[in-house]
Amino acid sequence: MNYSEMFFYSLSGIAILSAASVLACNNPVKSALSLVVHLFTIAFLYFNLEAYMLGVTQIMVYVGAIMVLFLFVLMLLDPTIKQINKTSAFCFQNVASVAILVFLCIITILSLEPIFYDIYLKESQDFGTPQTLGLTLFSKYIIPFEIASVLLLVGVVGSILLARRKS
Amino acid sequence: MIPLSHYLILSSVLFFIGLLGVLTKRNPVIMFMCIEMMLNAVNLSFVAFTRYKPWESLGFSMIPIEQDNGQIFVLFIMTVAAAEVAVGLGLVMAIFRKKQIVTTDDQTLTSLKG
Repeated sequence: MNYSEMFFYSLSGIAILSAASVLACNNPVKSALSLVVHLFTIAFLYFNLEAYMLGVTQIMVYVGAIMVLFLFVLMLLDPTIKQINKTSAFCFQNVASVAILVFLCIITILSLEPIFYDIYLKESQDFGTPQTLGLTLFSKYIIPFEIASVLLLVGVVGSILLARRKS
Repeated sequence: MIPLSHYLILSSVLFFIGLLGVLTKRNPVIMFMCIEMMLNAVNLSFVAFTRYKPWESLGFSMIPIEQDNGQIFVLFIMTVAAAEVAVGLGLVMAIFRKKQIVTTDDQTLTSLKG
Protein backbone atom coordinates (compact mmCIF):
# COMPACT_ATOMS: atom_id res chain seq x y z
CA MET A 1 0.00 0.00 0.00
CA ASN A 2 1.75 3.13 -1.15
CA TYR A 3 1.45 6.74 -0.04
CA SER A 4 -1.40 7.70 -2.38
CA GLU A 5 -3.59 4.76 -1.33
CA MET A 6 -3.06 5.42 2.39
CA PHE A 7 -3.90 9.08 1.77
CA PHE A 8 -7.08 8.17 -0.12
CA TYR A 9 -8.43 5.61 2.34
CA SER A 10 -7.74 7.68 5.45
CA LEU A 11 -9.27 10.74 3.76
CA SER A 12 -12.39 8.82 2.77
CA GLY A 13 -12.77 7.59 6.33
CA ILE A 14 -12.52 11.14 7.65
CA ALA A 15 -14.97 12.34 4.97
CA ILE A 16 -17.63 9.75 5.87
CA LEU A 17 -17.16 10.29 9.62
CA SER A 18 -17.43 14.08 9.35
CA ALA A 19 -20.46 13.79 7.06
CA ALA A 20 -22.11 11.53 9.63
CA SER A 21 -21.26 13.95 12.44
CA VAL A 22 -22.97 16.78 10.53
CA LEU A 23 -26.15 14.75 10.96
CA ALA A 24 -25.38 13.52 14.46
CA CYS A 25 -24.48 16.77 16.25
CA ASN A 26 -27.23 18.48 18.19
CA ASN A 27 -25.60 21.89 18.09
CA PRO A 28 -25.84 23.49 14.61
CA VAL A 29 -22.49 25.27 15.04
CA LYS A 30 -20.80 21.92 15.67
CA SER A 31 -22.47 20.58 12.51
CA ALA A 32 -21.10 23.54 10.58
CA LEU A 33 -17.58 22.86 11.87
CA SER A 34 -17.88 19.18 10.89
CA LEU A 35 -18.95 20.35 7.44
CA VAL A 36 -15.76 22.46 7.28
CA VAL A 37 -13.72 19.30 7.97
CA HIS A 38 -15.74 17.45 5.32
CA LEU A 39 -15.14 20.12 2.67
CA PHE A 40 -11.40 20.15 3.47
CA THR A 41 -11.21 16.38 2.98
CA ILE A 42 -13.01 16.71 -0.38
CA ALA A 43 -10.44 19.35 -1.38
CA PHE A 44 -7.58 17.01 -0.44
CA LEU A 45 -9.24 14.24 -2.46
CA TYR A 46 -9.13 16.64 -5.42
CA PHE A 47 -5.41 17.15 -4.73
CA ASN A 48 -5.00 13.37 -4.70
CA LEU A 49 -6.66 13.27 -8.12
CA GLU A 50 -4.18 15.94 -9.31
CA ALA A 51 -6.95 18.50 -9.79
CA TYR A 52 -4.98 21.19 -7.98
CA MET A 53 -6.88 24.18 -9.33
CA LEU A 54 -10.22 22.70 -8.25
CA GLY A 55 -8.88 21.84 -4.81
CA VAL A 56 -7.75 25.40 -4.18
CA THR A 57 -11.07 26.71 -5.54
CA GLN A 58 -12.93 24.32 -3.24
CA ILE A 59 -11.07 25.61 -0.18
CA MET A 60 -11.54 29.26 -1.16
CA VAL A 61 -15.19 29.11 -2.24
CA TYR A 62 -16.68 26.54 0.12
CA VAL A 63 -14.59 26.84 3.27
CA GLY A 64 -13.79 30.52 2.82
CA ALA A 65 -17.10 31.91 1.61
CA ILE A 66 -20.05 29.55 1.92
CA MET A 67 -19.22 28.26 5.40
CA VAL A 68 -18.71 31.81 6.67
CA LEU A 69 -22.18 32.60 5.33
CA PHE A 70 -23.62 29.55 7.11
CA LEU A 71 -21.98 30.52 10.40
CA PHE A 72 -23.18 34.14 10.05
CA VAL A 73 -26.78 32.97 9.63
CA LEU A 74 -26.48 30.50 12.51
CA MET A 75 -25.23 33.30 14.76
CA LEU A 76 -27.93 35.70 13.52
CA LEU A 77 -30.70 33.22 14.27
CA ASP A 78 -31.83 33.34 17.84
CA PRO A 79 -29.30 31.33 19.90
CA THR A 80 -31.72 30.97 22.80
CA ILE A 81 -33.82 28.50 20.82
CA LYS A 82 -32.62 25.14 22.05
CA GLN A 83 -32.36 21.93 20.10
CA ILE A 84 -32.99 23.46 16.70
CA ASN A 85 -31.04 20.64 15.07
CA LYS A 86 -33.45 17.96 16.21
CA THR A 87 -34.53 15.39 13.69
CA SER A 88 -38.18 14.77 13.05
CA ALA A 89 -40.13 12.47 15.30
CA PHE A 90 -39.62 8.75 14.98
CA CYS A 91 -42.27 7.85 12.44
CA PHE A 92 -42.97 5.48 9.61
CA GLN A 93 -41.78 7.87 6.90
CA ASN A 94 -38.32 8.23 8.48
CA VAL A 95 -37.81 4.51 8.97
CA ALA A 96 -38.99 3.82 5.43
CA SER A 97 -36.75 6.51 3.94
CA VAL A 98 -33.68 5.22 5.80
CA ALA A 99 -34.41 1.67 4.65
CA ILE A 100 -34.92 2.76 1.03
CA LEU A 101 -31.71 4.82 1.12
CA VAL A 102 -29.60 1.96 2.49
CA PHE A 103 -31.11 -0.31 -0.15
CA LEU A 104 -30.34 2.19 -2.93
CA CYS A 105 -26.79 2.63 -1.60
CA ILE A 106 -26.14 -1.12 -1.68
CA ILE A 107 -27.64 -1.40 -5.18
CA THR A 108 -25.46 1.49 -6.39
CA ILE A 109 -22.28 0.00 -4.93
CA LEU A 110 -23.01 -3.46 -6.32
CA SER A 111 -23.71 -2.06 -9.77
CA LEU A 112 -20.67 0.27 -9.82
CA GLU A 113 -18.15 -2.26 -8.58
CA PRO A 114 -17.97 -4.71 -11.55
CA ILE A 115 -18.05 -2.02 -14.23
CA PHE A 116 -15.40 0.32 -12.88
CA TYR A 117 -13.13 -2.01 -10.94
CA ASP A 118 -10.34 -2.48 -13.50
CA ILE A 119 -9.87 1.18 -14.33
CA TYR A 120 -6.72 2.73 -12.94
CA LEU A 121 -5.05 6.09 -13.18
CA LYS A 122 -3.45 7.01 -16.48
CA GLU A 123 -0.55 9.31 -17.10
CA SER A 124 -1.65 12.86 -17.71
CA GLN A 125 0.65 15.77 -18.32
CA ASP A 126 -1.42 18.91 -17.87
CA PHE A 127 -4.48 17.77 -15.96
CA GLY A 128 -5.99 20.32 -13.65
CA THR A 129 -3.51 23.10 -14.15
CA PRO A 130 -4.92 26.65 -14.28
CA GLN A 131 -3.69 27.02 -17.87
CA THR A 132 -5.70 24.16 -19.38
CA LEU A 133 -8.73 24.89 -17.24
CA GLY A 134 -8.69 28.58 -18.13
CA LEU A 135 -8.21 27.94 -21.84
CA THR A 136 -11.20 25.57 -21.91
CA LEU A 137 -13.32 27.86 -19.77
CA PHE A 138 -12.68 30.97 -21.85
CA SER A 139 -12.88 29.37 -25.31
CA LYS A 140 -15.44 26.57 -25.44
CA TYR A 141 -17.47 27.49 -22.37
CA ILE A 142 -17.48 31.27 -22.70
CA ILE A 143 -21.29 31.58 -22.99
CA PRO A 144 -22.04 29.45 -19.88
CA PHE A 145 -19.38 31.48 -18.08
CA GLU A 146 -21.19 34.74 -18.87
CA ILE A 147 -24.54 33.21 -17.92
CA ALA A 148 -23.01 32.16 -14.59
CA SER A 149 -22.04 35.77 -13.93
CA VAL A 150 -25.66 36.83 -14.57
CA LEU A 151 -26.78 34.07 -12.17
CA LEU A 152 -24.47 35.40 -9.45
CA LEU A 153 -25.82 38.92 -10.01
CA VAL A 154 -29.39 37.60 -9.63
CA GLY A 155 -28.31 35.85 -6.44
CA VAL A 156 -26.84 39.04 -4.98
CA VAL A 157 -29.91 41.13 -5.84
CA GLY A 158 -32.30 38.43 -4.58
CA SER A 159 -30.57 37.97 -1.25
CA ILE A 160 -30.40 41.73 -0.65
CA LEU A 161 -34.12 42.03 -1.44
CA LEU A 162 -34.95 39.15 0.92
CA ALA A 163 -32.76 40.29 3.78
CA ARG A 164 -33.76 43.97 3.62
CA ARG A 165 -35.78 45.23 6.54
CA LYS A 166 -39.11 46.68 5.43
CA SER A 167 -39.22 50.31 6.57
CA MET B 1 -3.33 1.97 -7.26
CA ILE B 2 -6.85 3.08 -6.42
CA PRO B 3 -9.53 1.82 -8.84
CA LEU B 4 -12.16 4.24 -10.07
CA SER B 5 -14.90 2.24 -8.36
CA HIS B 6 -13.60 3.20 -4.91
CA TYR B 7 -14.01 6.89 -5.71
CA LEU B 8 -17.52 6.23 -7.00
CA ILE B 9 -18.45 4.20 -3.92
CA LEU B 10 -17.19 6.98 -1.64
CA SER B 11 -19.14 9.52 -3.70
CA SER B 12 -22.37 7.52 -3.53
CA VAL B 13 -22.06 6.95 0.22
CA LEU B 14 -21.55 10.69 0.81
CA PHE B 15 -24.50 11.46 -1.50
CA PHE B 16 -26.82 9.15 0.43
CA ILE B 17 -25.67 10.54 3.80
CA GLY B 18 -26.58 14.01 2.50
CA LEU B 19 -29.92 12.81 1.18
CA LEU B 20 -30.67 11.22 4.55
CA GLY B 21 -29.96 14.54 6.24
CA VAL B 22 -32.24 16.45 3.88
CA LEU B 23 -35.05 13.96 4.50
CA THR B 24 -34.80 13.81 8.29
CA LYS B 25 -33.55 17.18 9.56
CA ARG B 26 -35.92 19.97 10.56
CA ASN B 27 -33.57 22.94 10.67
CA PRO B 28 -33.44 24.57 7.20
CA VAL B 29 -29.80 25.64 7.66
CA ILE B 30 -28.76 22.04 8.36
CA MET B 31 -30.78 20.97 5.33
CA PHE B 32 -28.79 23.42 3.21
CA MET B 33 -25.57 21.94 4.61
CA CYS B 34 -26.73 18.47 3.58
CA ILE B 35 -27.54 19.76 0.08
CA GLU B 36 -23.97 21.09 -0.08
CA MET B 37 -22.72 17.64 0.90
CA MET B 38 -24.73 16.06 -1.92
CA LEU B 39 -23.33 18.57 -4.44
CA ASN B 40 -19.80 17.84 -3.22
CA ALA B 41 -20.31 14.10 -3.64
CA VAL B 42 -21.39 14.67 -7.25
CA ASN B 43 -18.40 16.97 -7.79
CA LEU B 44 -16.06 14.26 -6.51
CA SER B 45 -17.43 11.73 -8.98
CA PHE B 46 -17.15 14.30 -11.81
CA VAL B 47 -13.46 14.88 -11.03
CA ALA B 48 -12.76 11.14 -10.65
CA PHE B 49 -14.44 10.35 -13.99
CA THR B 50 -12.61 13.09 -15.83
CA ARG B 51 -9.27 12.03 -14.32
CA TYR B 52 -9.56 8.29 -14.92
CA LYS B 53 -11.13 8.57 -18.41
CA PRO B 54 -13.07 5.28 -18.18
CA TRP B 55 -14.53 5.61 -21.69
CA GLU B 56 -11.15 4.75 -23.17
CA SER B 57 -10.90 1.47 -21.24
CA LEU B 58 -14.55 0.54 -21.71
CA GLY B 59 -14.43 0.85 -25.50
CA PHE B 60 -16.20 4.16 -26.03
CA SER B 61 -13.16 5.88 -27.45
CA MET B 62 -15.09 6.95 -30.56
CA ILE B 63 -16.99 9.48 -28.45
CA PRO B 64 -15.10 12.77 -28.55
CA ILE B 65 -14.88 13.75 -24.89
CA GLU B 66 -12.43 16.47 -24.03
CA GLN B 67 -10.19 16.24 -21.04
CA ASP B 68 -11.31 19.12 -18.87
CA ASN B 69 -15.09 19.01 -19.24
CA GLY B 70 -15.71 17.44 -15.83
CA GLN B 71 -13.66 20.11 -14.07
CA ILE B 72 -15.57 22.86 -15.88
CA PHE B 73 -18.82 21.28 -14.69
CA VAL B 74 -17.49 21.31 -11.12
CA LEU B 75 -16.70 25.02 -11.39
CA PHE B 76 -20.25 25.78 -12.59
CA ILE B 77 -21.77 23.60 -9.84
CA MET B 78 -19.78 25.61 -7.28
CA THR B 79 -21.13 28.85 -8.78
CA VAL B 80 -24.73 27.64 -8.66
CA ALA B 81 -24.25 26.35 -5.10
CA ALA B 82 -22.94 29.73 -3.94
CA ALA B 83 -25.90 31.61 -5.48
CA GLU B 84 -28.37 29.06 -4.09
CA VAL B 85 -26.97 29.28 -0.57
CA ALA B 86 -27.08 33.10 -0.62
CA VAL B 87 -30.73 33.20 -1.69
CA GLY B 88 -31.77 30.29 0.54
CA LEU B 89 -30.19 31.69 3.69
CA GLY B 90 -31.79 35.05 2.87
CA LEU B 91 -35.14 33.24 2.78
CA VAL B 92 -34.43 31.56 6.13
CA MET B 93 -33.58 34.94 7.69
CA ALA B 94 -36.75 36.53 6.25
CA ILE B 95 -38.98 33.74 7.57
CA PHE B 96 -37.26 33.87 10.97
CA ARG B 97 -37.74 37.64 11.24
CA LYS B 98 -41.39 37.41 10.25
CA LYS B 99 -42.48 34.37 12.26
CA GLN B 100 -39.64 33.61 14.74
CA ILE B 101 -39.41 29.98 13.73
CA VAL B 102 -36.46 27.91 12.56
CA THR B 103 -38.05 24.53 11.87
CA THR B 104 -39.60 23.33 8.65
CA ASP B 105 -42.51 21.39 10.16
CA ASP B 106 -43.91 24.29 12.17
CA GLN B 107 -47.67 24.69 12.00
CA THR B 108 -47.50 28.34 11.01
CA LEU B 109 -45.48 27.45 7.91
CA THR B 110 -48.25 25.37 6.40
CA SER B 111 -49.65 28.57 4.91
CA LEU B 112 -46.82 28.27 2.38
CA LYS B 113 -48.40 25.18 0.87
CA GLY B 114 -49.56 25.89 -2.64
